[in-house]
Amino acid sequence: DGYGLGRPALPEEIAAWDIDVRPGGQGLPEGRGDVFTGEEVFADYCASCHGDFAEGVDNWPVLAGGFDTLGDKDPVKTVGSYWPHLSTVWDYVNRSMPFGSAQTLEADEVYAIVAYILYSNDLVDDEFELSHENFAEFEMYNADGFIVDDRAETEYPQWRVAPCMQDCKESVEITMRASVLDVTPDQGEDEAAMSDAADGTSDAAAVTEVAMAALDPELVDAGETVFRKCRACHQIGEGAKNKSGPHLNGVMGGPVASNPDFKYSDVFLAAGADGLVWDEAAMAEFLAKPRAYMKGTKMGFAGLKKEADIEAVIAYLKSFDG
Amino acid sequence: QQPDPLITEVQTWASATGEGVDATPYGLPIEFEKDVVRRNVPWLTADPISSINFTPIHALDGTITPQGCAFERHHSGAIELRKEDYRLMINGLVDTPLVFTYADLERFPRENHVYFCECAANTGMEWAGAQLNGVQFTHGMIHNMEYSGVPLRTLLEEAGLEAAGDLADKWIYVEGADASSNGRSIPMEKALDDVLVAFKANGEALRMEHGYPVRLVVPGWEGNMWVKWLRRIEVLDGPVESREETSKYTDVLEDGTARKWTWVMDAKSVITSPSPQAPITHGPGALVITGLAWSGHGRITRVDVSKDGGITWETARLGTTQGDSKALTRFYLDTEWAGEEWLLQARAMDDTGYVQPTKAQLRAMRGENSIYHNNCIQTWHVKANGEAENVEVS
Repeated sequence: DGYGLGRPALPEEIAAWDIDVRPGGQGLPEGRGDVFTGEEVFADYCASCHGDFAEGVDNWPVLAGGFDTLGDKDPVKTVGSYWPHLSTVWDYVNRSMPFGSAQTLEADEVYAIVAYILYSNDLVDDEFELSHENFAEFEMYNADGFIVDDRAETEYPQWRVAPCMQDCKESVEITMRASVLDVTPDQGEDEAAMSDAADGTSDAAAVTEVAMAALDPELVDAGETVFRKCRACHQIGEGAKNKSGPHLNGVMGGPVASNPDFKYSDVFLAAGADGLVWDEAAMAEFLAKPRAYMKGTKMGFAGLKKEADIEAVIAYLKSFDG
Repeated sequence: QQPDPLITEVQTWASATGEGVDATPYGLPIEFEKDVVRRNVPWLTADPISSINFTPIHALDGTITPQGCAFERHHSGAIELRKEDYRLMINGLVDTPLVFTYADLERFPRENHVYFCECAANTGMEWAGAQLNGVQFTHGMIHNMEYSGVPLRTLLEEAGLEAAGDLADKWIYVEGADASSNGRSIPMEKALDDVLVAFKANGEALRMEHGYPVRLVVPGWEGNMWVKWLRRIEVLDGPVESREETSKYTDVLEDGTARKWTWVMDAKSVITSPSPQAPITHGPGALVITGLAWSGHGRITRVDVSKDGGITWETARLGTTQGDSKALTRFYLDTEWAGEEWLLQARAMDDTGYVQPTKAQLRAMRGENSIYHNNCIQTWHVKANGEAENVEVS
């Protein structure tokens, strides 16, 4: 019987990986969290992308509101207006959030965040506490809003017919053109930028070259790769703007929290006021364990494990000095 | 006509030597092809880590997509996972929950199959109207590879399904090792049918962005279910209804109710050349119209092409004797172009008799608020100068 391959999974191993939570609440750990706590936890871990009131920042998902818009043009699909099961929210927050530091939340924190998301949707009052005990009782607003795929009954019979080959319609007119909107990415520019970078001929490349005189170009290149982990929240280089994190031009060697247009967390403002400067040592320590070094930071990133990555990304940040 | 100096004069490459065999141990495309690359649409998502890019289908031919330009979709970024660190767990309603190493997987009997993988959102931006001027962007969330791997059935049977009892109402839940874990529920019937646990694509190891070292292949079904960096398979008595199968990958209909469990990718085709990124540059005369067709239901049996926006149709030639089941099929219409304007369309049929619908037919059925599963007939407006534009027609 069978091939005799693999080995039995140990109970501890199954417990570590089998953490999915199902609509009836199967899989939930014991725990509880109230709206008030949830508001604080949400502000710490979620608000930088989802907004203080779950309203969404930039292109990040809106979690609240949108009720009764599902039949409108451009429906607003939020946890409140669209998600059919509360278990999905708990499971997703627990397993995949915060973005960049998944699976770092305690069960009570997840309960609290979910309670706050319900509150931000006006589905519970501010006294509400969510726990493993009352979880299954909660019915989502759009619980009955879904039907199982019915294409086989509604669509296929209509379209499984011999297709027309001649005189299929009387006339044809163009009703819409993509060029009117013109939202297609400019590929020509892409390619020009690519070849410029390769030749080192563009102005930007020339400027960068001067700034990089003292830097190891290979290290900077390696740092650019590591920086991909940061790009979700931080921009750097020409035209960089503040996103959910501040832009990082000139960050190395400058004072902490020096970007006047960015809303830093209190701990950063305090450190800046105390005169902390982003020298290599400070940045290395911060990047290794952001939340240990800067307790209370909103930056939802677990940290860089490899020293080589930290060194490389610092070199990359330095290449955008001045 | 002057003699062509490329012929009459001795060229450098015909005299001097070229590169030696050790110049590029792993070869890349020649520099003249450097525009044949995946492209991103930055405004589409909040950031490039949880995002999608697009296969340059306008510049490819045949049916197999090279891994290096096959579209990527990640939910928490592509991860580096060594084979030595890879573990696959099967648990839940099985006789013996098991853990496999990568080396274990290579000891099971394996198979090779070619399948297309299409994101459910492919062509999704075109629901409301013609939006993107390039087949790479309108239809490039697709790739087609030859996978080597172990049938999922073999692994499930290794763990034993006696404990699951009646399999008719059982499900599996699959998840990845990345930070998103991207879990999806799949009915047992499909799991035991043609799902593959794959570790090679087009003969070589999966690229990192395609799930190295192991991904799930779910033939004919939406790409989100093809979990990458596959780490766990759980046998269950019901679906998990996780984020990717409730809040995403569900289809809002006109009245605001939504379809869930819309897994199959219906028959679809598109002309890849001429198209906005592949204009006619050679002037009037012989012209090859070509494109791709596929169906999650089975084989493509026929593709028709219209030059007048769907008034008259002619049947194209399939580039392979017959399309592989649930794989891309190439079609050609070898024709003449006299410099006239065309409204070019392609229409696929599969072996269930399904005929690719128009956008108007889909909208009449589903309204305009769907995102996923847009398999409508696409129209390119070919102009007198040979350029083509993405348009919508009556």
